[in-house]
Amino acid sequence: MNAAKVRQAIAFFILAVATLMVVVPILLTIFYIVKNGIGAVSWEFITAAPRNGMKEGGIFPVIVGTIVLVIGTMLFSLPLGVLSAIYLVEYAKDNFFTRLVKLSVVNLSGIPSIVYGLFGFTLFVLLLNLGTSILAGSLTLAIMSLPVIITATKEALESVPFSFREISLSLGATRWQTIRYCVLPYAIPGILTGAVLSLSRAAGETAPILFTVAAFYLPRLPRSVFDQVMALPYHLYVISTQVPNMPRKLSFATGFVLITLVFLMNLVSIILRAHYRKKKQW
Amino acid sequence: MIIKTVGLDCYFGSLHVLKRVSLEIYKNEILGIIGPANSGKTTFLRALNRLNYLNSSYRQTGDIFISGQSIKNISDNILRRKIGIIFALPQVLPVSIFNNVAYGPKVHGITDKGTVSQMVENALKKAYLWDEVKDRLGEPAVRLSGGQQQRLCIARTLAVEPDVILYDEPCSGLDPISTAKVEDAMQQLKQNYTQILVTNNTKQAARVTERCVFLLMGELIEIGKTATLFTDPQDKRTDDYITGRFG
Repeated sequence: MNAAKVRQAIAFFILAVATLMVVVPILLTIFYIVKNGIGAVSWEFITAAPRNGMKEGGIFPVIVGTIVLVIGTMLFSLPLGVLSAIYLVEYAKDNFFTRLVKLSVVNLSGIPSIVYGLFGFTLFVLLLNLGTSILAGSLTLAIMSLPVIITATKEALESVPFSFREISLSLGATRWQTIRYCVLPYAIPGILTGAVLSLSRAAGETAPILFTVAAFYLPRLPRSVFDQVMALPYHLYVISTQVPNMPRKLSFATGFVLITLVFLMNLVSIILRAHYRKKKQW
Repeated sequence: MIIKTVGLDCYFGSLHVLKRVSLEIYKNEILGIIGPANSGKTTFLRALNRLNYLNSSYRQTGDIFISGQSIKNISDNILRRKIGIIFALPQVLPVSIFNNVAYGPKVHGITDKGTVSQMVENALKKAYLWDEVKDRLGEPAVRLSGGQQQRLCIARTLAVEPDVILYDEPCSGLDPISTAKVEDAMQQLKQNYTQILVTNNTKQAARVTERCVFLLMGELIEIGKTATLFTDPQDKRTDDYITGRFG
């Protein structure tokens, strides 16, 4: 073997190891949680309320709490994020204000989630007097999700060929008609992917809901948007660290349910993307 | 006279692309615009339906009148409905053949299905494409050949019923047979439309147009009957260009 080939072999080896190191921790984590948790996951665990200081029963209200929060988050962040991204890409001129908004979006995604939690607590819970509630928690999670949704929507819109807009405008369509018929339909897969990813992250966040919505122990379903709820990530934290003599397998089972929920959401986005890619014609 | 430009100056950023261009375009003529690369041909064309403004660094002074009305007083979407454009490379939307042509009528508020189908059929016939596609209107437009796509673009423009059609080097990506078909279509359209053809191909200009403009470095050098311009140009630079000494 000559020297160039040896160097190539070494380079490939390093690249392969690096790739493997990305995959291995994820697989190990999933394996560990599934192995320790699957035994405790039963029909009762998924459909019953917790009993006996959370040591028995199931986590149904907790699952419902998380789903309610994800839906609430989506209701606020999806329209707000998509509309502002459309404004930024399709309408806004390149000026100081636009650059400020774009810079804010980038910086928002770098803020630690606990800061969002405190911000949401101050603004929604105290100042707007929403109390510790689904509404306050959803709004806080929505603000946290916005940067990802805006960025994903921006990229999806920018990836639509400029010629589509040019064709549409040259035929006398208005800018809104152009966006509605010649841009948005082709950007939707990208927008949905970004939205689902950011919502699945919201489903797993603890810090933003800590002061804004999460209940320590509330074994019933929420009755209104001003109710508190239990949520999977916070519940996991509680039963892992705050309750003495908690069976460990319950923590793992709860983790397993959370991971499955997030995985299902990502699966939806993968299926949607594949569905739209088949229809893509350019 | 249908279009008149008065002292038209066009800039992209600090680039002065067109300099004091004043000319008149007559109803139902085919006006050719020739000149070497970067002489401002496309910019002139796209100034007429304000497409240049899609580029945020674009500025323009002087004025353009269509049927006596300054285009400053016409909203973009109404102006572009009157002045359609065919781009250099065939650009179809990633939808069916039918929906490509139906797009214009639909955005202009025509919802009746029968009316839209009739408009699509008429437009495709005028663009000499109907016989080739009538049995597969639902197929994706991208499956058509380049020449067919370009005629589809013409049909799409015709479907919004413009008064003027701009062509920006419409045959630059086409083979000679497709080019001949596009040129045939242009000849037939003369009865009802005013057409402006930007072309790099002086032979095409000689074949198709009745009057011709020669642009050089953003300046209008000469305008006149095509026959005269090609046989007895008044300016030496025109002569140099059409005899192939530069450009």
